[in-house]
Amino acid sequence: MSGFAWAFARDLRLAWRHPGETLMVVAFFVLVASLFPLGVGAEPQLLRRIGSGVIWVCALLAAFLSLSSLFASDYLDGTLEQMVLSPRPMIGWTSGKIAAHWAATGLPLTLLSPLLALQYGLDADTVAILALGLALGTPLLSLLGAACSALTLGARGGGVLLALLALPLFVPVLIFGAGAAEAQASGLSAAPHLSLLGAGLIVGAMALPPAACAAIRIALD
Amino acid sequence: MSAIEATGLACSRGDSRLFRDISFSLAPGEWLAVRGANGSGKTTLLRCVAGLTRLDCGEVKWNGKPVREVASDFRAAMLYAGHAPGIKDELTAAENLRDALALRGTRPDDAVIDDALKAVGLEKHRRIPARRLSAGQRRRIGMARLTLDSASCWILDEPLAALDSQGESMFAGLLATHLQRGGCALIATHHDIGATPPREVRLTP
Repeated sequence: MSGFAWAFARDLRLAWRHPGETLMVVAFFVLVASLFPLGVGAEPQLLRRIGSGVIWVCALLAAFLSLSSLFASDYLDGTLEQMVLSPRPMIGWTSGKIAAHWAATGLPLTLLSPLLALQYGLDADTVAILALGLALGTPLLSLLGAACSALTLGARGGGVLLALLALPLFVPVLIFGAGAAEAQASGLSAAPHLSLLGAGLIVGAMALPPAACAAIRIALD
Repeated sequence: MSAIEATGLACSRGDSRLFRDISFSLAPGEWLAVRGANGSGKTTLLRCVAGLTRLDCGEVKWNGKPVREVASDFRAAMLYAGHAPGIKDELTAAENLRDALALRGTRPDDAVIDDALKAVGLEKHRRIPARRLSAGQRRRIGMARLTLDSASCWILDEPLAALDSQGESMFAGLLATHLQRGGCALIATHHDIGATPPREVRLTP
C-alpha cells in the first residue's frame, strides 16, 4: 500500500468516525448562504445577481474553517513524526491527506451547492457551471490551504496567521470560480474561467504538496 | 563493524548550545543509554540521530555510510518513538497498531495483532477507542508495535514513562530479545533497564 492510499484511507476513516468536523463545515456553508437573502432582502432579481458570488464566498470560508486541523492533530499526537520517518516518500502521504481533506469538505460543499443555488433562483445552466467551478476550485483550495496550514504548524496564534496566509491566496480561485458562473448567467462562455481554474489545479497539484512537505520538515525541526 | 556510528554531533537551539562533540558507535547487539538532567538535550539528540532535527555539525553513519546517502534504507531499518506516541484517540488499540505498522510497510493478520496486544496485556481493551486508555496503556500499544516491527535500530525517548513495574520488566525483556537478534537501540532514560549493560552518553546542560 502506498503512502497516498494509507493516508487517504486513514483520514477518511477518522472523518467518518468523527463526523462533527465535516458536518460543521457543511452546516456553516448552508447557514451563511441562507443568511444572505435575509440580510439583503428577498428580491429575486438581486438574489439571482449575487447568488453565485455568495455561494462561492461561503464555500471558500467553509473550506477554510477545516484547514487548521489538517496537520495540527497529527502534529500534536506524534503521528506526523512517524509519517516523516516512514520509509516511504513524504510526498505520497502528504498528497493522500490533502485528497482526504478535499473528500471530507470540498466534495460535500460541491454536491450541496446546486441546492443552495436553487434558493437564489439561478437557472439550470448556471447551477451546473457553478458546481463544475466548485469541483475544480475546492481541490485547489485544499491544496493551497494545506501548504499554509503546514507553514503555521507549531506557531502561536496559528489560527489568525492561517487566515492571513490562506485567504489572500484563495482570491484567484474565487475570482475565476465566481467569474465562470457569472459569465454563464450573462450569456457569455464560462470556458476561459474554467480552463484557468483547471490549469491552476494542475499547477497546484504539482507544486503545493512538495511545499507542504518542506513546511512540515521545518515545523518538526 | 558498527551498525550505527556518530561523530562530533552538535546541536543548538536559538542561542543556547545543547550539546557538542557527542560521539558514539553501536555494534549489533549493543544499546546506548542517553542520560542527562531535564533539558540537557536528550530528546534533541535522539531526534538528530533519527533525522528529524538538523545537526549543526557532525555526522551519523548507518552500516558505514552517511545516513544522508542511505536515508530510505536507514528509515526502513529504524524505529523512532518519541514523547508523543502517535496514537489516534478516535481509533481502537488494534487499529492504531495496524496503522502504525502499515505506515512502515508491514501488514500482519488480525490474529497476529490480537496476539501482540494480548502479550502486552491489552486483550480486553483492543476494541475500545484509544481515548479511553491510560497513558501506560498507550505505551503498551507502543510496546506491541516494537514486537511486530522488524526494525533493527530502535530510537526510543523515555520508553518507561508512565509504565508500571510489570510493564518495565516487560520492556526489559523486549529489549533483551531485540539485542539478542542483533538489533541495536538508542534509549533516553533515567531508569536502569535490566538488559545487557549499555554504552552511555551523558549530556550536561
